[in-house]
Amino acid sequence: MLRFVVRRVVGAVAVLFAISVLVFLIFNVVPATNPAQRIAGKNANPQLIENVEKEWGFDKSLPEQYWTQMKLIFTGQVTSYSQAHINIDQRILEGIPATASLCIGAAIIWLSLGILFGYLSAIRAGGLTDRALTVLALVGISMPVFWLASILLYYFTYKIELFPSNGYEPLSHPGRWFSHLILPWITLAVLFVGFYSRVLRSSMLDVMNEDYVRTARAKGLSNRRVMVRHVLRNSLIPIITLFGLDFGAVIGGGAIVTEYLFNIEGVGLFTAEALKQQDFPSIMAVAMFGAFFIVLFNTLVDFAYAYLDPRIRLGTSAA
Amino acid sequence: MPPEPEKQGVGARQGGGPWAIAGRRLRRNKLALFALAVFLLIVACCLLAPVWADHVAHTGPNTTHTLEKLHEGGEVKEVVEPSGKAIGPQFFAAGGRFFLGADGHLGRDEMVRLLYGGRASLLIGITAAVITTILAVVLGLLAGYYGGFTDTVISRALDVIWSFPVVLLGIALGIALAVGGLSIGPIHLKSSSLWIPTLIIGVVYTPYMARPLRGEVLALREKEFIEAAVAQGAGVFRVMFVELLPNMISTIIVFFTLNIANNMLLEATLSFLGAGVQPPNSSWGTMISEGFEALYSQPLLTIIPGTAILLTVLSVNVFGDGLRDALDPKSKVRYEARVGTAEPEGGVV
Repeated sequence: MLRFVVRRVVGAVAVLFAISVLVFLIFNVVPATNPAQRIAGKNANPQLIENVEKEWGFDKSLPEQYWTQMKLIFTGQVTSYSQAHINIDQRILEGIPATASLCIGAAIIWLSLGILFGYLSAIRAGGLTDRALTVLALVGISMPVFWLASILLYYFTYKIELFPSNGYEPLSHPGRWFSHLILPWITLAVLFVGFYSRVLRSSMLDVMNEDYVRTARAKGLSNRRVMVRHVLRNSLIPIITLFGLDFGAVIGGGAIVTEYLFNIEGVGLFTAEALKQQDFPSIMAVAMFGAFFIVLFNTLVDFAYAYLDPRIRLGTSAA
Repeated sequence: MPPEPEKQGVGARQGGGPWAIAGRRLRRNKLALFALAVFLLIVACCLLAPVWADHVAHTGPNTTHTLEKLHEGGEVKEVVEPSGKAIGPQFFAAGGRFFLGADGHLGRDEMVRLLYGGRASLLIGITAAVITTILAVVLGLLAGYYGGFTDTVISRALDVIWSFPVVLLGIALGIALAVGGLSIGPIHLKSSSLWIPTLIIGVVYTPYMARPLRGEVLALREKEFIEAAVAQGAGVFRVMFVELLPNMISTIIVFFTLNIANNMLLEATLSFLGAGVQPPNSSWGTMISEGFEALYSQPLLTIIPGTAILLTVLSVNVFGDGLRDALDPKSKVRYEARVGTAEPEGGVV
């Protein structure tokens, strides 16, 4: 296990480095305009542009620029010039509670409903329930979040005023926190419910053909017990893998649109606003931290996975 | 006397090659065929956008009608009321003008904008899928066939792109290119060019297709027929494109189809956030972005383009699903490809 951990950590560090270089290149080499001008904003005076040039190291070589910029971002000194000189790292930190509330709540919904629908679909494969759930799942996968969010917002907060319209309430008021988040949770979860139920369904159908399932039936176990204890349990492995990846992606910056639509003041809304103002440093910092978070999370998932399944840490089925 | 093959029942093999069998399977799937028809209808409508604009609506997608009045029977209606609220759907009451109403205070014809915006969305979705497929096939073939160092370099590079959520990478590239455009050597793209979101989306999704294809090449490479081809003196290109590629084609077709759906969702997301299609062009994503500003007074301006995306993406997904069942009944690419590579939808939320 220790060898596996070390190998994975070394791999993760290499990926983190590559990602930081990629982000650096995207923001510094790809755009065809003066980088200091871009960061200082459209209406910057020459003095400000010159300051930015010094601060971000644009007068030096590319490796030195990389080093200067990484130091700015990771020591919490990076400021946004288009958004009233705010400290970007601080704003990202402040947004985490809202983003975490949104993502964790949505994850609970999408896991439980995804598993429930997938299970129902698989045990009635080919039947009416299965076909109805399959169509529903495809609708869920195909649904643009803004479409669903717009309809939910219009009917539930405006037409019948069942839920408050927008904003985020801190967890210190649990009731208000809940009622402000219920629509965003549904919006964010729908896509994954559709997708997870499809994955679980096909996974269960594969497992049902395994010999040990036949053995379990031959022992005279009830259908329900075979399905839940033998089939469902072993079919959950791909779901766990997927969940690790998806949850990391969502919390690491995937919920931008949902936060923007429901005006939840998390990292995503901060990103969306930065985008509208073409605020390069903010987007760069969010991209960097988001990608880092995902790599860290995926590495942790790998550890959990290797702990559960010895074949992986012994390298017999690892890629 | 042995029974005739076709009398063995429904599930029996009726002869013909794998393509004929897949075609028969697909023809039995009425839902998938219906979805294909819906998709083709949407494409046809969008292709005919200039016809509708010139002969029915008599206006262009960016023409404003702020101060105009419509005469319907004896009634006179303002296209944009003084309050800024635009006219709602008229259908054929005004001879097809403002069929779906006007889009807010500028008073542009929503139906015309929807058709033209659809052209951009479909064009980006399909072209990006072509780009992804070409890149993924070439990278997958190179990595899988050569193995060793080539494989390591390609696989690690794909890993780095893959560890980004698609939306995050998309907006980073989108915003970097939206300011000054792209210029690589002789190629200069203006920042408003539709090629920029197309290229971004094409590149962002490449790992999701290249990784499973590489896996397939790795498995195929060990087969006897490859050995036979090499023994006959076939060159590298011949082995890759004449021997390996035809054996991967069903996987490629399925991925290509489903890729179109994901591309269109990502385009809408990027455009909605301002990192995709740039003005003066518009797409369904930019229409939603504009409409969302006035959600409570004119919900239709968000719902209409949103529904257009939903219908298009749904029809592609349903058809792609049927195609997968038809081409790949053992469901090889069904989920393991996605589990191994995360799933393309994951970022688009």
